[in-house]
Amino acid sequence: MNNHSDILIAGGGVVGCALARELSRYACSVTVLEQAWDVAEGASKANSGIVHAGYDAAPGTLKARLNVEGARLYPALCAELGVPYAQCGALVIGFSKEDEVTLQELLDRGLANGVSGMKMLSRAEALSLEPNLNPAVTCALLVPTSGIVSPYELTFALADDATLNGVSFRFGETVQAVRPQADGSFLVETGRGVWSSDTFVNCAGASSAVLHNQLSDLSLRIIHRRGQYYLLDHPAHPPFQRTIFQCPSRMGKGVLVSPTVHGNVLLGPSAEDIADPEDTATTQSGLDSVMEKVRLTWPQVSLRTNITNFSGVRAHEEGGDFIIGPVSGCPNAYEAVGIESPGLSSAPAIARELAGRIVQDRNLSRKEQVLPFRKPAIPFREMDPDAQQAAIRDNPQYGNIICRCEVITEAEIVAAIHRPVPATSVDAVKRRTRAGMGRCQGGFCSPRVASILSRETGISLLEITKNGGNSYLLTGTLTEDADRRDRT
Amino acid sequence: MNRERVDILIIGAGPAGLAAAIAAREDGISSLLVLEREAQPGGILRQCIHNGFGLHRFQEELTGPEYAQRDIDRARELDIPIECGVTVLSVSADRVVTCVSPTHGLRQIEAGAVILAMGCRERPRGALCTPGTRCAGIYSAGTAQRFVNLEGFMPGKRVVILGSGDIGLIMARRMTLQGAKVLACVEIMPYSSGLNRNIVQCLQDYDIPLYLSHTVTDIQGRERLERVIVSEVDARRRPIPGTEMAFDCDTLLLSVGLIPENELSESAGVQLSPTTSGAVVSDSFETSVPGVFACGNVLHVHDLVDHVSDESFQAGHAAAAFVRGEPRAERWFRVEDGEGIRGCVPQKIQLCPSASVTLMFRPADVFRNASVVISCSERELVRRKAMIFTPGEMASYSLKPECFQGLSETDPIVVRIEKGVD
Amino acid sequence: MEQRITCINCPVGCRMTVTLNEAGEVLKVEGNTCPRGAKYARQECTLPLRMITAVIPVENAATPLSVKTASPVPKKMISQVMEALKQVQVSAPVSLGQVILPDVCGTGVDMIATRPLA
Repeated sequence: MNNHSDILIAGGGVVGCALARELSRYACSVTVLEQAWDVAEGASKANSGIVHAGYDAAPGTLKARLNVEGARLYPALCAELGVPYAQCGALVIGFSKEDEVTLQELLDRGLANGVSGMKMLSRAEALSLEPNLNPAVTCALLVPTSGIVSPYELTFALADDATLNGVSFRFGETVQAVRPQADGSFLVETGRGVWSSDTFVNCAGASSAVLHNQLSDLSLRIIHRRGQYYLLDHPAHPPFQRTIFQCPSRMGKGVLVSPTVHGNVLLGPSAEDIADPEDTATTQSGLDSVMEKVRLTWPQVSLRTNITNFSGVRAHEEGGDFIIGPVSGCPNAYEAVGIESPGLSSAPAIARELAGRIVQDRNLSRKEQVLPFRKPAIPFREMDPDAQQAAIRDNPQYGNIICRCEVITEAEIVAAIHRPVPATSVDAVKRRTRAGMGRCQGGFCSPRVASILSRETGISLLEITKNGGNSYLLTGTLTEDADRRDRT
Repeated sequence: MNRERVDILIIGAGPAGLAAAIAAREDGISSLLVLEREAQPGGILRQCIHNGFGLHRFQEELTGPEYAQRDIDRARELDIPIECGVTVLSVSADRVVTCVSPTHGLRQIEAGAVILAMGCRERPRGALCTPGTRCAGIYSAGTAQRFVNLEGFMPGKRVVILGSGDIGLIMARRMTLQGAKVLACVEIMPYSSGLNRNIVQCLQDYDIPLYLSHTVTDIQGRERLERVIVSEVDARRRPIPGTEMAFDCDTLLLSVGLIPENELSESAGVQLSPTTSGAVVSDSFETSVPGVFACGNVLHVHDLVDHVSDESFQAGHAAAAFVRGEPRAERWFRVEDGEGIRGCVPQKIQLCPSASVTLMFRPADVFRNASVVISCSERELVRRKAMIFTPGEMASYSLKPECFQGLSETDPIVVRIEKGVD
Repeated sequence: MEQRITCINCPVGCRMTVTLNEAGEVLKVEGNTCPRGAKYARQECTLPLRMITAVIPVENAATPLSVKTASPVPKKMISQVMEALKQVQVSAPVSLGQVILPDVCGTGVDMIATRPLA
């Protein structure tokens, strides 16, 4: 017998998880099929983490409308879910008369899209707001409603909330084929099994065009555009208060320099079209291209405090806009395709829009009871001393610091391992707690985190992975190699 | 919150903290406390199971655990309290130490003097910006050492080591002896920063090739590491296209430098040196914050634990003198790095010291048949010739008290290397 | 016959050339800059010696026990000694210096614990 779910969502990124959460409020079974071993494993974990104000997309596009709507939803959504978010504002900077024209266009577009509070700044005004800017700056556009968010922490919270309200997440399930049936239902093959569903939603990010083309005669093509980043340690004195953009180009919004919600400094991304959507390697040329552009914004940049590099692959659809809604020519199938920037900013609005459509089409009724989301506890490092003392009294594991760089306690790591969508690998713990995100990059804490994972889950240390699949940390004991034959 | 008080509080029970505590106790300080975040004292020596420690101090070749045990035993004899499982969260400029543990919760301890002895940490991959994937199987050498020697697990079977510092060399042998195949040790500099002994006994003994002037330029593998690409570099340490070599391996160990771990020092407002990444200290190892002392690898990264102990005994004595309220110097000689020198410690010397002062520093490059010259204004205080100076070996020279007589503190004491004629 | 030896006694790392006769006896050492170098080169060409350190699992403890040869053993014995260590069963308590494996592989040298284990 097949596994059945009323609604199947392909893809556990920020859009799939936000949609799952919306649908979890209705009387239907929802399953998310995710090819990786955690949510937020694709573009949702490796992007700039910006909640764009919405001045960038052309008026009338889905990108423009959903960005502005999404950005408006962010403050309340993040407050509700306990996700770090800050409306730090942004500057788009220019260095020439032509740039000034571009900035004026952005301002006009922003006004047309309904972005509030934007303002053109002179060189002096820009430098007084952000003294570390390149003094060669000639003009800037101030965007006070631009925000920053931790994209993976948002996705975890959405997925946890959805799980609490009945959504099932299945990992290691790559949707290989979607077959519409004569009765309007679907058979979905994942390589590990076959699922059936009444409704199928394609939120598969980089793979979304492949799935779309299985369902529709109207063919789509996704260009995989890789962006590489530098992440600098959190400095005592942040160089910039706001996200600093350069003038946008055909390849995207260009290279930014931005504070993150955790006080690090993010530099990137590059933009290079690649063949393999899973190729998230960084390259010397890509990283060099980022640094070259960063120096234009921030001449004093130093890589002395660089703690890691990463890259993400954005799904750019040839048409240039998001494709959202029912799949053309395939009843009961829905999709969110081509979700590149401002995809993160738009995700809450995309999810609402898709959910609204599905609820209406399927005539779903609202559940009588929605379980309230239990926000993750305040991180130990952010508690005041009395709260820290009380936390340790209640749970002595709060007194055991596991990650010394980011001051993460054993209690927080144990909690992450037991969240509704549990952390099952060292990286999954890292993204949920920040243990290992600091300047030593897990050199100190990763063996300890692995031991706690082993203890809490009852899995041998030899089976603990960095990030699921075959990413084992260890290959054996001193006397024996690990036996990996049973692994599929 | 509980507020306690001790005369001397020592952060870290590695070789530095233990030596400092022993010295302070031997000077008659009854109220002292050592805080250690690990479950046992001993610091990094616990996992350094190889021999080669203690030749200077004990005229014996000990393993790391044996060396540590001598100090632990001595600390027990002296009844020095060492609290393990306690992590210090911050140190204030007025020497209030906030720490946390599962059993005692959050505490604040007021200290007459604080000795910073937190040691150092390894530079991670991010410090090098090495491109490639972020797969499993990339460890700092010390993390791998911990897995093998303290937990009894093997982190990999086919290994490439980046960096030829001593930890990397030691791990090359260690992994080999445990049955792993070490394919290469790769060093970006044209010389190794490791001891000749380790190059011979850890690499040559096992036919492990050492590639000087090479670096890892790509890391490949989706889940677990599958391959690294090694390229030769030019004189400016940039990879030379066309020199790529592929090594199929499941493990990359990084031994690419150590950084003093000074977050707590920063919380106290201690001034740090950009060259050593440790505190700026006087000849009594006092930092820029009165009553806060620093010693061992948190001050500057040493090659030999013997020197750590020696320096830390001095810091312990100095902290004891501070809490006894002995008169303190108010005028100082500045010590500056001259040509060919990096990170001379201490950075200032009291006017005028009653005992010899040892200056420690690293040569900035390899110099053959060169001389170290320590001078003040026009006057040469020390001139010592040596067949070789290398960045891998910390140099140290003593200045006798009489050296300082007649010097003016308006002129810095400059340490430099004078190149020889080849 | 000539053998090339890098001296390990100090950072100079003299590259020495040792000339041996057919019987493997050292005839002369060249390239050294001090007597310690010559002595090391002779030893290294006739009977190279190494300390061996390792850890062995302990039945009733989470951390393995660190051990060493009480004195250097012939270099060619290294792999045999490591193999012999695999067979050793040890359980806590162990005292520092306790003999874990006497006369390891007939070398006349004991394998001893380098830390106490309660």
